[in-house]
Amino acid sequence: MSSGDTAFMIISAALVFFMTPGLAFFYGGLVRRKNVVNTMMACVSIMGLAVVMWALFGYSLAFGGNHGGVIGDFRWLGLSGVGMEAGPYADNIPHLVFCAFQMMFAIITPALFTGALVGRMRFKALFLFVALWSLVVYYPLAHMVWGEGGLLAAIGSVDFAGGNVVHISSGVTALVMAVLLGRRRGYEHTVYRVHNIPFVALGASMLWFGWFGFNAGSALGANGLAAHAFMTSAIASASAMMAWMLLDVIKDGRPTLVGASTGLVVGLVAITPGAGFVPIWSSFIIGALVSPICYFGVPLVKRKLKIDDALDAFGCHGLGGIWGGIATGIFGMSSINGAARWNGLAFGDTELFAAQLIGIAVTIAVAVAGALVCYAIVRLFTPIRVSERDEQIGLDLSQHGEHAYPSFNGLDQ
Amino acid sequence: MMIKVEAIVREEKFEDVKAALDAIGVNGMTVSQVMGCGLQRGYTELVRGMEFDLQMRPKIKFEIVVSSEEWEKKTIEAIEKVAHTGEAGDGKIFSYEIRSAFKIRTGETGYDAIQAN
Repeated sequence: MSSGDTAFMIISAALVFFMTPGLAFFYGGLVRRKNVVNTMMACVSIMGLAVVMWALFGYSLAFGGNHGGVIGDFRWLGLSGVGMEAGPYADNIPHLVFCAFQMMFAIITPALFTGALVGRMRFKALFLFVALWSLVVYYPLAHMVWGEGGLLAAIGSVDFAGGNVVHISSGVTALVMAVLLGRRRGYEHTVYRVHNIPFVALGASMLWFGWFGFNAGSALGANGLAAHAFMTSAIASASAMMAWMLLDVIKDGRPTLVGASTGLVVGLVAITPGAGFVPIWSSFIIGALVSPICYFGVPLVKRKLKIDDALDAFGCHGLGGIWGGIATGIFGMSSINGAARWNGLAFGDTELFAAQLIGIAVTIAVAVAGALVCYAIVRLFTPIRVSERDEQIGLDLSQHGEHAYPSFNGLDQ
Repeated sequence: MMIKVEAIVREEKFEDVKAALDAIGVNGMTVSQVMGCGLQRGYTELVRGMEFDLQMRPKIKFEIVVSSEEWEKKTIEAIEKVAHTGEAGDGKIFSYEIRSAFKIRTGETGYDAIQAN
């Protein structure tokens, strides 16, 4: 056991935790002022729900034992047997630290897809959906990629920090749910103006800060690989931000703060699966290309397909995650990280590239099927969508009885 | 006779009222956020489990100047139709005569000042 690694991993876990409140600000700023409480509450409530579920049975199902490479069992129910000693997944840090680090991923992942559902989903239905989705989609996927004997790890597909498990799964779920839920009122003609751009910049910055723990911490030790992942993350994020600013300038002559914030986030999404596999130079390319993919992908989803992916959870995390998974298959090098059995397409091997494509396809299939199942179950218990009147009033007041802001003169406070 | 129609409606009815006015061809309007109370006499809100009585509720006020009694009637009907829910707090519509109007850009006065041209 290493005290240096342990210290690093505890701090990394706290950094990953910080991403979820960051996401709450990022999403909260992007919505209209009558829905900001509800949007932030979606993220905040998951901080409670996901931790309780993870400690009770989630960790055990994702990482305890192995059934068919798909799911674990109940051996670590309530974290019994998960202690201060070095654990089965990392011999340099206490088992509890590994469990805590993984727990933070179980919080942020469902929080990501809530961005597609803002402004029209009943809060209670969303809460129940998140609980079911964690069980049906997240725990199995985490097991398949990172768990003992996991199916996707076995075929040689690699996912350093969660491109499949976190971003593709949540992005695809966002798309499925946006279709099932329907569009917001007035989708064709109303402009859903960003109500608080400073919140968006604050949230994006918190995400970037936390993401250093997300990607570097996925090395599971304070070592060279962590430093490598740290740097590829910084470069991809910065390159994507610059690319998005350039796209803004080409389109409208002026770079936007919302655009720069979005760019840095999609850069991080894209580098996530490859952060600890791809060479430094390729992180410039991965970052610079993800911005145009999302920039042109978002209007394709929203205008052409007319799907109300409200805050672009699929447009950014789904598409960005898929590009990241493919890029890992192109630029990955086994000399950087031995967990990759082959080199990427750019170095002449095809096996890793093929494995990545299979990994992405399986993730999409699990997410689509899982989201449909969860939706069907939730619908048995409660209506999914708010009434038209409640939507008009805004979800802050109708779902929570709270106003985000006093009226302009404060007389209602 | 120029008439001002002043409608105080629920915040969430802003878009519907705007659309209804557009539909009958009323294009010029002034909109403000206002606070007020009527028969409804405020409301209670829960903060950390404790009830707070609040006196004033936020509303949206539309001000529209029209050129005849016929248009006054049309405007009031259009607003009433979409702003009505039947619950306390639907708001009020007032109308009154206007003494004069002046269009700053062109210098036109009276009836001409409120026409599209």
